[in-house]
Amino acid sequence: MDAGPQSASPTRRLILLAAAGFGLTSFAAPAAATSAAMEEAIRALLGEAAVNRGKVRLELPPIVENGNTVPLTVSVESPMTEADHVASIHIFNQKNPQPYVAAFHLGPRAGKAVVSTRIRLADSQQMVAIARLGDGSFWSDSADVIVTLAACAEG
Amino acid sequence: MARVLINLPARAKRGEVIEVKTLIAHPMETGYRVGPTGAAIPRDIINRFVCTYSGAEVFRAELFPAIAANPFIAFFTVATESGEIAFSWTDDHGETQTEIRQITVE
Repeated sequence: MDAGPQSASPTRRLILLAAAGFGLTSFAAPAAATSAAMEEAIRALLGEAAVNRGKVRLELPPIVENGNTVPLTVSVESPMTEADHVASIHIFNQKNPQPYVAAFHLGPRAGKAVVSTRIRLADSQQMVAIARLGDGSFWSDSADVIVTLAACAEG
Repeated sequence: MARVLINLPARAKRGEVIEVKTLIAHPMETGYRVGPTGAAIPRDIINRFVCTYSGAEVFRAELFPAIAANPFIAFFTVATESGEIAFSWTDDHGETQTEIRQITVE
């Protein structure tokens, strides 16, 4: 008779613990999964190289009313000479279905490393811009954006 | 042929950095939306944009579904010589539309 409750209570505790643990992981999973997709896309671009903060400026409106067209400008401080220029600019997002937004390839003939476009945002999230310089180094900037009407919402 | 808007100066000084703004009419269908029957609308986007100046590539972009409909791209280039600046957009079906503008450099 004693053995019943004693053996049952650890089991119940274990079940509760397992349930709590499962609950935590299932709540954490979506956010972690999406930013993991971005991390993966960024890693694929960088390879083994390290990324430095600075030089790049990613400009987005802080609050977006319509996620279907969001103006975005990336500018990189660079003299844009043959020896020191921006080779490419890559833009990533956290929560759209795909982490890659665009890649722009430029060179010394650009004169000025500034690119503008309009993008779609599915949710409030963080955007990342990474610039690859002619010498192979990477520089980045990030921007947080709040989206009130998400793109793709009409299903 | 999709409607295209290209904005760049007709004349520039040699060595001047000029801004080029481009826009093409295109739905940029993401492939994530469903139509009225519940079937997914297939992806149809412009995935590549190239700008050449007198035959030499000066700017290239790879685009993904996160680019808004009617893709707008603005960038800079150095006015090196009088000649043709060509813009081409390629979609998922491999169709390319090319537009050419003349520039006079003095």
